Amino acid sequence: MKVVVAMSGGVDSSVVAGLMAREGHEVIGVTLQLYDHGAATSRKGACCAGQDIHDARRVADKLGIAHYVVDSEVRFRQSVISAFADSYAGGQTPVPCIACNQHLKFGDLLEMARDLGAEALATGHYVRRIEGADGAEMHKAVDATRDQSWFLFATTREQLEFCRFPLGHYASKAEVRALAVEMGLAVAEKPDSQDICFVPSGSYADVVEKYRPDALEDGEIVTEDGRVLGAHQGIARYTIGQAKRLPNAAAHMVVKKIEPGTKRIIVGPRGVQSAKVQLRAVNWLTAPRELRAGVKLRARDEVRPVRIIPQAREEAVLLLDEPALAAPGQAAVFYEGERVLGGGFIV
Amino acid sequence: MIYLDANASEPLRPAARAALLAALEITGNPSSIHQPGRWARKRLEEAREKVAQFCAARPADVIFCAGATEANALAVHALGRGRPLLVGATEHDSIRAAAQGAIFVPVNDDGTLDFASLEEMLARTPHALLCLMAANNETGVLHDIGMAGRLCAAHGALLHVDAVQEAGRMPRDWLALGAASVALSGHKMGGPMGAGALVTRPGLEIDPLMRGGGQELGRRGGTQALPAIMGLAAALNDSYEAEQIGQWRDQIEVACAKAGAVVMGGGAPRLPNTSCLALPGVRAETQLIALDMAGFAVSAGSACSSGKVTQSHVLTAMGYDSLAGQAIRVSLPWNMAADSVEKFITAYTRMVDRALRGQARSV
Repeated sequence: MKVVVAMSGGVDSSVVAGLMAREGHEVIGVTLQLYDHGAATSRKGACCAGQDIHDARRVADKLGIAHYVVDSEVRFRQSVISAFADSYAGGQTPVPCIACNQHLKFGDLLEMARDLGAEALATGHYVRRIEGADGAEMHKAVDATRDQSWFLFATTREQLEFCRFPLGHYASKAEVRALAVEMGLAVAEKPDSQDICFVPSGSYADVVEKYRPDALEDGEIVTEDGRVLGAHQGIARYTIGQAKRLPNAAAHMVVKKIEPGTKRIIVGPRGVQSAKVQLRAVNWLTAPRELRAGVKLRARDEVRPVRIIPQAREEAVLLLDEPALAAPGQAAVFYEGERVLGGGFIV
Repeated sequence: MIYLDANASEPLRPAARAALLAALEITGNPSSIHQPGRWARKRLEEAREKVAQFCAARPADVIFCAGATEANALAVHALGRGRPLLVGATEHDSIRAAAQGAIFVPVNDDGTLDFASLEEMLARTPHALLCLMAANNETGVLHDIGMAGRLCAAHGALLHVDAVQEAGRMPRDWLALGAASVALSGHKMGGPMGAGALVTRPGLEIDPLMRGGGQELGRRGGTQALPAIMGLAAALNDSYEAEQIGQWRDQIEVACAKAGAVVMGGGAPRLPNTSCLALPGVRAETQLIALDMAGFAVSAGSACSSGKVTQSHVLTAMGYDSLAGQAIRVSLPWNMAADSVEKFITAYTRMVDRALRGQARSV
């Protein structure tokens, strides 16, 4: 079949392209140019760099497959970077990789693949797509340390039908690198990408400042009863549950709430957590119904027992067995064992 | 694969190929004084005479260089010194990048130059250097070089003409029309890549970009790329069937327009081989990839070295905002085969059908 492979220039997606070609498919490699790297940086380790595009082309040459670079700069700026800054300015803690997967990889690129008459879109994500009784299901990667299912919950069932994630079935990254060596790919030893690809200096506040300078204006740090404990240099520097960057007067406290309007950071004692969490933009990968399952409230969080109650307008309420910290803007992803049932964004 | 991207690079012409192969047998540096050097020199000067004849210029006013990017940069550097720079809004990046701080002269909706604006600009900034392409690389739209030459002369301005796309396809005497200098590219005329020329009117002083060993009468240092230069000159021998190519281009445009394409700059005088086809609602990249997979090489915008397709500044300057990212360029090569016309029309129509199905799906 004809398969589009999203190629970042890293080892994972390069191996996927190689696997697809080895299986005899007609492979079309596509690299999304997400921002102008001449203007940004040549920093090693982050994805989507100019060097990465070069690497992707060399891998495609080596594999003998077609390869195209698609300009997605405007879309990326609007749907990912600017939304990232807006989210911080709204007192939230965004997950830009989810927005990128949602809008660029499984949005625009998947549509392009369909327009080109492809039958599938394959990516280097560590997650499994398993054919179930009611269509494609999403499952955690076999290698739990690599599992990226939390970042992929927003993939719709229709999109999931079209996707292929070969790497989710491998036991370790070492196996994937060994495949790259076997295929003779120059990227076999390339370091893993780190952090957020469009934050070259590692300081996300610089990016937020460019798009939403208001999110980095000074403000007060206050207690829940309105006592001023100190000052801060921008609400974008804080996230719910954070203990860093708080004045000495707020020792042993954490951020409880962020108020974008008054630019106030509300702090309170640790441990006061909520059992009820409201979600928006919920995506179900099974028929929506009230159910008991597990939920992950952060990328590297444990799975917590929960009752999930779907509501109208793609909303849902989580009733956690044990209260926990839930940061607005982060994702809450539902699991039943290995399987992803859906998820939403914490309000 | 059917190659329809002549404006990116024309296929090598037979005369150029023969000259190139012969040149590869030559040992010797044209600057050496021994016999092999003199022979190389003789070949170089024969090529220079041929290019001079082609441009109705003196051989002494032909400066060989690496290509049109260098020729354009040299013209801006040497002729633009101390002069305000005026640049057509649809000029090639090689001019735009060289002419830092230039004022852009707007174009009309059909891509032709807005001469009323040009005249005002020339009056406001006397003794300018105007850089204007003879024919646009993306749309094929021709600029009225004679009119530009007269206006420049009236305001003490110099005119540099980037004739890369027009040379070899349409006869025009750019220097007689008022150009002070003309840029040519070998591989856009069916020669090999690696050689170009800046041809000037007599008596212009050209300060070099690279001094090196003082080659090209001190105007361009560096050993001349003799094989590429001989190929360039030989390419000028071959004839170009402009009328036949124009007919095929028109057939393609009629059929593609029927399928839903908009011909950009279609109402203006144009090169015979170039067609810029916008398909509303379909990304240029998707069109380009679909046609590539179907075995047709076309282009979109101007591809940068990363291979990324950027939105066309040419179409934006012509006032097409949304369509600018939805247009492909079809440019017929000198060796176009007659049956390629129907084949391309079939592939294009198929691509449109599929793209429209995609639009229906996303509704």
